[in-house]
Amino acid sequence: MSVTVVPGTGAARRLLRNIGFVVGATIVGVTLIVAILAPWITPYDPFAVDLVHRLVPPSFMEDGTPANFLGTDQLGRDYLSRLIYGARISMIIGIATVITSGIIGTTLGILGGFYGGRMDDVVMFLITARLSIPVVLVALAVAGLLGSSFILVILVLGLLLWDRFAVVARSTTMQIRTLDYVSAAWCAGSSQASVLLREILPNIATHLAVVATLEMALAILLEAALSFLGLGVPAPLPSWGLMIAEAKEYMFFTPWVILVPGIALFVLVLGVNLLGDALRDLLGTDLNR
Amino acid sequence: MLKFLLRRLIVAILVALTVLTLSFALTRLSGDLAISIAGPNATQQDVEIIRQAYGLNRPLTTQYFDWLVRAVQGDFGESYFFRDRVANLIGSRLPITMTLGLVGLLIALVVALPLGIIAAVRENSWVDRTVMMVALIGQAMPSFWLGLILMVWLGLNLDLLPISGTGGPEYYVMPGIVLSFSAIPSLMRLTRSGMIEALSSDYIRTARAKGLSRLSILVKHAFRNAAIPVVAIAAVQLGFMLGGSIVIESVFAMHGVGYLAWESIGKNDFPVVQAVVLVLALIYIALTLLADLLNAVLDPRLRTA
Amino acid sequence: MSALLDVRNLRVTFGGTAAVRGASLTVEKGETHCLVGESGCGKSVTALALMGLLARGGKREADALSFAGQDIRNLGERDMSRLRGDRMAMIVQEPMTSLNPADTVGSQLTEVLRRHRGASRAQAVDRAAELLGRVGITAPGLRLGQYPHQLSGGLRQRVMIAMALMCDPELLIADEPTTALDVTVQAQILRLLAELQAEFGLGILLITHDLGVVARIADRVSVMYAGEVVESAPTAELFAAPQHPYTRGLLTCVPVPGKVKRGEPLGSIPGVVPRIPPGFVGCSFRDRCAYAHAACKHDIPRQHAGPDHEALCTLPPGWTDRAAA
Repeated sequence: MSVTVVPGTGAARRLLRNIGFVVGATIVGVTLIVAILAPWITPYDPFAVDLVHRLVPPSFMEDGTPANFLGTDQLGRDYLSRLIYGARISMIIGIATVITSGIIGTTLGILGGFYGGRMDDVVMFLITARLSIPVVLVALAVAGLLGSSFILVILVLGLLLWDRFAVVARSTTMQIRTLDYVSAAWCAGSSQASVLLREILPNIATHLAVVATLEMALAILLEAALSFLGLGVPAPLPSWGLMIAEAKEYMFFTPWVILVPGIALFVLVLGVNLLGDALRDLLGTDLNR
Repeated sequence: MLKFLLRRLIVAILVALTVLTLSFALTRLSGDLAISIAGPNATQQDVEIIRQAYGLNRPLTTQYFDWLVRAVQGDFGESYFFRDRVANLIGSRLPITMTLGLVGLLIALVVALPLGIIAAVRENSWVDRTVMMVALIGQAMPSFWLGLILMVWLGLNLDLLPISGTGGPEYYVMPGIVLSFSAIPSLMRLTRSGMIEALSSDYIRTARAKGLSRLSILVKHAFRNAAIPVVAIAAVQLGFMLGGSIVIESVFAMHGVGYLAWESIGKNDFPVVQAVVLVLALIYIALTLLADLLNAVLDPRLRTA
Repeated sequence: MSALLDVRNLRVTFGGTAAVRGASLTVEKGETHCLVGESGCGKSVTALALMGLLARGGKREADALSFAGQDIRNLGERDMSRLRGDRMAMIVQEPMTSLNPADTVGSQLTEVLRRHRGASRAQAVDRAAELLGRVGITAPGLRLGQYPHQLSGGLRQRVMIAMALMCDPELLIADEPTTALDVTVQAQILRLLAELQAEFGLGILLITHDLGVVARIADRVSVMYAGEVVESAPTAELFAAPQHPYTRGLLTCVPVPGKVKRGEPLGSIPGVVPRIPPGFVGCSFRDRCAYAHAACKHDIPRQHAGPDHEALCTLPPGWTDRAAA
């Protein structure tokens, strides 16, 4: 993987002209606001069971009622309310995972890229070893052993998804290590830590932002998959993956039950990816692997 | 070249050892394995019996080296649940997973290569933008959800394919399509960028100056160069796909190693889980070695250096 | 009879930038026409435009562009590709990157003959081996099985030359074909081209900045500056009586044995080839020209200094250097 360090000029203006960025930013922004405001904007308690009104279709479909815009699930819980709380879970998992894995990966990558030699060999080895571990399987196994919980999902994904951060941090650090301003800071007697934190980190941050979007998308997808398999976020929390799993039994009779949370998941991940793609185009970060 | 491959081989062996150690450590995460095996309703006595039976009362290092030596010989012990050698279990399930992975990869290549080439030839046109959109959609598609949608649509509504289960070739179509989605975006982007680079190269200008046909220029000259990294990445992608097959096998109830692992996780059958993690990791490592080898074989600059 | 290649007022633009602003030249059968000028003056773009090989975004226009009597301005890619490599061939400038790294030299040579002449593999291999021998490559049989990266720059250059000659073209456009070669090989290549010219009446458009080569083999010389042909004349006449101040400048850059005294500085033209903005009028050389005057800012007349000698300059034909006088 190669990464070219290109300074952004007129970055903001070019971003706004990029349709992908505008769409992606809108999707992510709206989801974020909805997630934050969840307790105030949900029409119902997402956990309130109403066995009389089960599997009510969305209001725009036949037999739908205006009371439940997106219908109700198999326990009569309001789908829209659950969906909004589900956005919360996805966003928290996505962001927390990116922070955890970002710290691990960036640290390793900068160390390897900056010091080179043996240190770099070790970092490369860790990256290779990490890539050979099947993420979903190990995450499921750990959850199976320790019992699934919200925190565990974040920890496991955070500990597993740092590889791309490390790869990008390493190659960008290598590129700018030899540049004049780094050498200058070096010669001016700055300590190693200060060179790494003040000179290197800010200059590779934009490229790490691209990785962050991709990893966030991946983390959201993986959380949904783990929850779908019953070893992610535990019920009754309304994770979108769990909602799909719970609706699975009814999908042959009322397909909308899996369409609603699935589309929400797809759109959010698409939005995050659109955002990442726009950033990548702008920065020229090449992430093919 | 030989030196490079030898170096990669040594790294691969070291990685394999690391994974071996990790998969041992994985099962020890919960603290006392015997309690986990025995289950919540076991008495102190039951736990003690299990501890004796599985040798869990020995020092951890003894257990580790014992396990390591056996694992290297392909002996992963006995399943707690299936009453069978783990190696036998995996041996009987692996062909299903491998077939699924290869079907998925084949579909991915059939879709990604032509689309990537077309996008490169028509760079920056609406065709290109559409193809890149397809890549984004593939990237954002939750595989398990796509699987369910296909089950309802192709399986129930159109009644074209069996909804789920393990069986003849028709049972591999839907899971294969779903699995291919995880590889299509990266293969397509790589094909596209490789073709764009090749098409703007001096040697393509030479090919045109020689008056070669458009097809010959695209296939013999441009794609031949663009394909080298794609083939290598395809091998690595297969590794990722096998690792991800657990989700798809669970959705479609295909009895491959992924399904086996999922079942075993639910039953606290740790030797099986451990062995599946290990086998999938080893296959991935072998595939990355294969990728390096393919690179070397396909690229004359590496082959003859 | 019409010329083999007849180009009148060729213009090439990339986006809004003009790379060639008016190049007219002819190549007769059996003639060597040299196109000279500093780097960046539009020589290579002219060559690519003639072959229809401009990079994406390049736009070609011309008042006339004919090859062997056929107007090729509006020829489609398919028809052009039948001409290219067969009747009109080209040697491009960058030998290091112009061969396909993933394919053997032999395959890249033989496919030309197989494509245009439907030759069998054996016939094509024989022809390729023969040509490699003629461009001075020893053990051609061995080279055919090798990949480009296994060859030195000089060898690659000669493979490119052999490739262009595979089908005995009528017209050869050669862009700096001998720059990577040492003097003996260069002489050998030039001799080979002369032989082919005598044998088959090959017409050559040779792009070079080596005036030594020009003096040796050119029948006719066109001097290009900032996308325009500023002077064109039979070789002897151009060297004897250059009209355009730029041509004079170029000639004084070349050390001539006996004429340059020891210790005397070689002539050079101060400045670099300028970028020509759209809508530019007048002489593009005026900023670097020692003889520039007010008239140089208006349309420049095309003046005849002899029956076959044209120059794009405001100075009267046959003017003499004030400094020398």
